[in-house]
Amino acid sequence: MEVGLSHFLVVSTALLSLGIYGVITRKNAVMVLMGIELILNAANINFVAFSKYGNFGLEGQVMALFIIVLAAAEAAIALAIVLNIYKTFNHVNVDEIEDLKE
Amino acid sequence: MEMNSLYDSLSLIAPELIISVTLLVIVLFDLIFKNNKKMLPFLSTVGLAVALITQAGNLTDGGFAFSPENTPLFYGMLTIDSFGAFFKILVLAASMLIIYFSSTTDEVNESFDRLGEYYTLIFGMVLGMMFMISASDLILIYLSVELLSLSSYVLAGFSKNKTRNNEAALKYLLFGAFSSGLMLFGISLIYGMVGSTNLTALNNFLQTGSINLFTITISLILVFAGIGYKISSAPFHFWTPDVYEGAPISITAFLSVASKAAGFALLIRFIRVGFVSYVDSEGFWKLSEVFDWQLLLVIIAILTMTLGNFSALWQDNLKRMLAYSSIAHAGYMLLGLAVMSDQGVLAVLVYFFIYAIMNIGAFFIVMLIANRIGSENIDDYDGLGFKAPLLGVSLGIFLVSLTGIPPTAGFIGKLYLFIALVDANMIAVAVIALLNTVVSLYYYIRVLKHMYLVKPSTEPPVIKPSFNNLIFVLILAVPTIIFGIYFTPILDFAKQCVQFFGV
Repeated sequence: MEVGLSHFLVVSTALLSLGIYGVITRKNAVMVLMGIELILNAANINFVAFSKYGNFGLEGQVMALFIIVLAAAEAAIALAIVLNIYKTFNHVNVDEIEDLKE
Repeated sequence: MEMNSLYDSLSLIAPELIISVTLLVIVLFDLIFKNNKKMLPFLSTVGLAVALITQAGNLTDGGFAFSPENTPLFYGMLTIDSFGAFFKILVLAASMLIIYFSSTTDEVNESFDRLGEYYTLIFGMVLGMMFMISASDLILIYLSVELLSLSSYVLAGFSKNKTRNNEAALKYLLFGAFSSGLMLFGISLIYGMVGSTNLTALNNFLQTGSINLFTITISLILVFAGIGYKISSAPFHFWTPDVYEGAPISITAFLSVASKAAGFALLIRFIRVGFVSYVDSEGFWKLSEVFDWQLLLVIIAILTMTLGNFSALWQDNLKRMLAYSSIAHAGYMLLGLAVMSDQGVLAVLVYFFIYAIMNIGAFFIVMLIANRIGSENIDDYDGLGFKAPLLGVSLGIFLVSLTGIPPTAGFIGKLYLFIALVDANMIAVAVIALLNTVVSLYYYIRVLKHMYLVKPSTEPPVIKPSFNNLIFVLILAVPTIIFGIYFTPILDFAKQCVQFFGV
């Protein structure tokens, strides 16, 4: 069986679903961030697959490179914020950080 | 890319280049002159002023910047036109006000040794917004949204010793990263269908290509999730009250005005360039029939303003109340876009201009009072109106204007919005918006009731703002009244700016 575009799309959709599932169900802030990372990589697979199988030129591959860099930047900022949360709250449980609710 | 076309492109984005250079100058200045942090606001203001003057001089410029090689004409990463110029001028002017605002905020000045970072990140936000306003390629749309978001996550938690700051930053980060991730997935699906990330190519595809309705609907809803989060429209608004309450108040004002303006500019350009087949003689946009933007926007607009107004009714924290009010205003402005006509966009431009003035003004006075009494709670405002007459009256003007009662400027904004709605025969929607305005009167006037009519339990402190702060309040309060009576200049300016290049 030859691997085609639809195989890549199935993998990326599965990754997206797992990412959304992770963001919604996980309580630990770091795990939520990992879910977000899965979503970004699902989009990445889409871009590269479309670029290769659709003969659209290199635009999709360039976009994938941009996303990798952005994901790294986002992870750096996110972890710094989570570290700060740990210093003030002594835990990183998203459900229990709700001082601002009325 | 040829050198000549590169120079052409660079000359089109002169204001953005000035902002980038100022950002670098601030970083270097902060590194070299460690003890001169008081100079940073001046430096920032000068950079913004130069960019503002350059932008105002190039008001009617039009063109595509950074077109890739070997592509048909009209494909550019950025579209420079007077519509973008309007929003860029708005963002730059708001940023200048916010720079002064920040330099008087205690919350920011407490972290005195990190002020360099603060102004650097503000410029990161400004740069992101300016690219967002003129981006006409999905790659650049995503990159500029992220540039804006990453800077604002850090700023929302800037004074990191406070619990509520940290919480605001975390919530902003989680909601923001999630929705921009969804937006990215939507963009990847659009790329797969169209074969290009350019908005003009998307428009051509929608008119000629074979379209899978299910995929395009999914992908557009995903893209709207990203933009809707930026303009805090329902159902992507959950972060707004928490972040606006927790962030330093200067950043709250900045997010509620400039960040929202950039989001609206992006949404308007996305629909105008990507989906409008042609514009009829009366200025109504005829959209490709693959996706009913009008229906989606009307439903979301009504949901947004109703949720915003009704949640604001029982808020005791003024920052939180203004957060819900800014959600409601996003709803009104979405209605202007939902008309899908040049007149509707004109109404949005006029509304935004006025909203920026009165919203920054309201936040500034809340900040001045919080600096003195250390609280934003409405019960602590009892009887304050008599102890700080000028602040009380000005806050009154801003709140009445936010409600939209004549003779303040807010009335003009709402008037043009309702005219656009009635002209498009959307009477039922106009009535709902009008009823919403009535609801909003309650929570705005409640603040004035506390300031003037409630007997305070303890004697309230006398608030004497400095001379500079009084001037700043007047700079915002006087136009709020004047534009309510003599509004031709805003209208002429906005009319001149409802021009999109290349469509």
